[in-house]
Amino acid sequence: MTRLSNAFSKPHPAFVAFITAGDGDTAANLDALVAGGADVIELGMPFTDPMADGPAIQAANLRSLDAGTTTADVLKLATDFRARHPDTPLVLMGYANPMVRRGPEWFADSAHAAGVDGIICVDIPPEEDEALGPALRAKGIAPIRLATPTTDAARLPAVIEGSQGFLYYVSVAGITGKQQAAIDSIEANVTRIKQSTDLPVAVGFGVRTPEQAAEIAKVADGVVVGSAFIDLVEEFGSEAPAKLQELTSAMVAAMRAARA
Amino acid sequence: MTSPNSFRNQPDERGHFGDYGGRYVAETLMPLILDLEREYRKAQADPAFQAEFDDLLEHYVGRPSPLYFAERLTEALGGAQVWFKRDELNHTGAHKINNCIGQILLAIRMGKTRIIAETGAGQHGVATATVCARFGLPCVIYMGAEDVKRQSPNVFRMKLLGAEVIPVTSGGATLKDAMNEGLRDWVANVHDTFYIIGTAAGPHPYPEMVRDFQSVIGKEAREQMLARTGRLPDMLVAAIGGGSNALGLFHPFLDDPSVKMLGVEAAGHGLDGDEHAASLLGGFPGVLHGNKTYLLQDEDGQITEGHSISAGLDYPGIGPEHAWLKESGRVEYTAVTDNEALEGFQLLCRTEGIIPALEPSHAIAAVAKIAKTMDDDQIILANLCGRGDKDIFTVAEKLGVEM
Repeated sequence: MTRLSNAFSKPHPAFVAFITAGDGDTAANLDALVAGGADVIELGMPFTDPMADGPAIQAANLRSLDAGTTTADVLKLATDFRARHPDTPLVLMGYANPMVRRGPEWFADSAHAAGVDGIICVDIPPEEDEALGPALRAKGIAPIRLATPTTDAARLPAVIEGSQGFLYYVSVAGITGKQQAAIDSIEANVTRIKQSTDLPVAVGFGVRTPEQAAEIAKVADGVVVGSAFIDLVEEFGSEAPAKLQELTSAMVAAMRAARA
Repeated sequence: MTSPNSFRNQPDERGHFGDYGGRYVAETLMPLILDLEREYRKAQADPAFQAEFDDLLEHYVGRPSPLYFAERLTEALGGAQVWFKRDELNHTGAHKINNCIGQILLAIRMGKTRIIAETGAGQHGVATATVCARFGLPCVIYMGAEDVKRQSPNVFRMKLLGAEVIPVTSGGATLKDAMNEGLRDWVANVHDTFYIIGTAAGPHPYPEMVRDFQSVIGKEAREQMLARTGRLPDMLVAAIGGGSNALGLFHPFLDDPSVKMLGVEAAGHGLDGDEHAASLLGGFPGVLHGNKTYLLQDEDGQITEGHSISAGLDYPGIGPEHAWLKESGRVEYTAVTDNEALEGFQLLCRTEGIIPALEPSHAIAAVAKIAKTMDDDQIILANLCGRGDKDIFTVAEKLGVEM
C-alpha cells in the first residue's frame, strides 16, 4: 500500500487540502492542515503564469515568487514535511515549465528524494504524457490527471491510462475558486468516471464551505479545497495556522457526518 | 540533425515540429482543441471555405498586396536590391487581418457565437474586432493594462468597432498576461467561445493554422517575384515576435534551397542584458501557453518579461515552428536593438516615403546591415508587415520630440 492508496482506503472520504508553497509560513500552515485532519496535502509550486487558476491562487503564486521562492525551496518544504509527517501523502501541483526546466528525470528524482507521492501537472494532458509521465512512473511517483466536465466518453480512457494515485475531477469548466457546479452534475460525472476506473475520484474547484464538502463527500472518494485556504493565508498571515486548522476540522467533520 | 526531404511537411499528426509545439493545455480545453483540429481539416478540404477566404482577402482586405522595389533605399544602402512585400497596405494596416479572416470563418463554421482574443500592441485586437464587426459577432479583447496605456489609439479603434476591451492587471500587465486571461476566459466558456490567437503559437492546431492563413503572403510574393524578375529572391527577411508574418513569408519558399532566410528578433537594449525579447537567441526551450518552444525564463522555469520598443514583439515566447527551423538550420536568426530599429524606421520614411511599424523596422534594420555585404544583382525581399501610424507617439518620445 502506498501513502496515497492508504489515504483513500479509510472509512471516510479523503480530504485533500491545497496551499501554495512559499506563500506565508508554509511549514506551519501545512502542519495545521494535518492537525485539522487533512488526509492528503497538495502543495502548489508557484509559477509566473498560472493559466488555470483564478485570482486567489494567481495572487498567491505571485506573492510566493515575489518573496523569492525557488524550486529548491519547494523541494526543501517537501523534504521537511516528509520528515515531520512520515505517513501523510504529499502531492505537488503546478505547471509544466518549472517541472521540466532541468529535465523530467531531474524533477522526478528530486521529488522522489523529497518524499513526494504524486504530481498534478495542469498543462500536460495525456497527449503529451512523454514530457513527464514516464520519468515519474519510473520513480514510483503517481501522475495524477485531471478529468473535467468536457472529458467525454471518447476521451476518458486516455485520461485514465497512465494515471495513478487518484483522479482529480474538476467540477466546473473554468478556473479555480469560482462558482461550484450543481451537485447532481458532479454526481453524474463521478459515477460515469468510476464506471471506467478503480482509481479513487476526488472532486475540486469551487469548494469553499463544509456544507459543499459534505454534499460532495456523499458522491465522491475525496474533496479538494484550495482557494478558501489561500484566502485565509492571505488574510491572517502569521495567524493563519489556527484558521486553517479550524476550517479543515470543520470540513472533515462535515464530510464524515455526511457519509455516516 | 540530418536535413529532411521537405521543410514544408511539419507538424506531425500530434502537432509537433520536431521537439517543439504540441498541445500543452488543461484537460478542459483538450476536447475543444481536438474538435478544432477536426473542423480545420474539414475546412481545408472544402473548396467553398477556401473560396470564401480568398474572396474576403481580395475584396475586404485588399489582396494581393503589392511587391515593391525600393529603389532609393537600395541606392542608399549600396548592395543587394531591396524589395518589400507591402502587407502594411492591408485593411487595418498589418498582416494580422489575414489570419483573423481565416479563423472567424472557422468559428462560424463551428457554430461559435462569441469571439475572444489577446493583443499586445493592439494590431491583432483591432483586426479581430474588425472581423467581428464584419460578421456581427460579440468580441472581447484582453489587453495588458500597461499596453492599454501605451496604445490608447488602438484601444479606441477596438471600441469603435464594437469590441469590449478588458485591461489585464495580473503579472506584468502585458501580452503574456493578456494571453493567460484569454485562456482563463476560454476554459470557462468553451461551449460557445472561439479564441482567435494572433500569432503562430499556442496549442496545436493554432501554429499550423495561423501559418497556413498567413502563407498567402509568401505565395503571392513568390508568384509576383517570378513574374516581375523571372527569378526567386536570394534572401527573405522578416521581423519576429510570435513569428506569424515571418512564417507567412518564409513557408512557401522553404523548399527553394537557393533562398536564404533571416528572422529578426527584438534585441531591445541588447542581448547581453535582460532587456530584450529575443526568445530564440536569448532563451531556452520550455512550455508555455499550450506549446513547447523557446522562452525567456530563469533557471527555475519562471517566465521573465520581454522588452522591446515594439509592443508587438514584446512577448517571452515564439512560435514552435521557428524553434524547429532554427534547430534544423533552414532559417537563420538575428536580433536588432531598439535604437537600430528606430534608425531603420527613419531610413524607410526618408528614402521611400513609407512610415513602417516598429515591428518591420527591425527587419529594415537587418536589411540595412546585410544589403551592403551582397552584390547588386542579388535580391533581398523583406516583409513590411505593418504601417507605423500606431507608433508615431512612441517614436516621437524616443526622438525627444514633443507632439
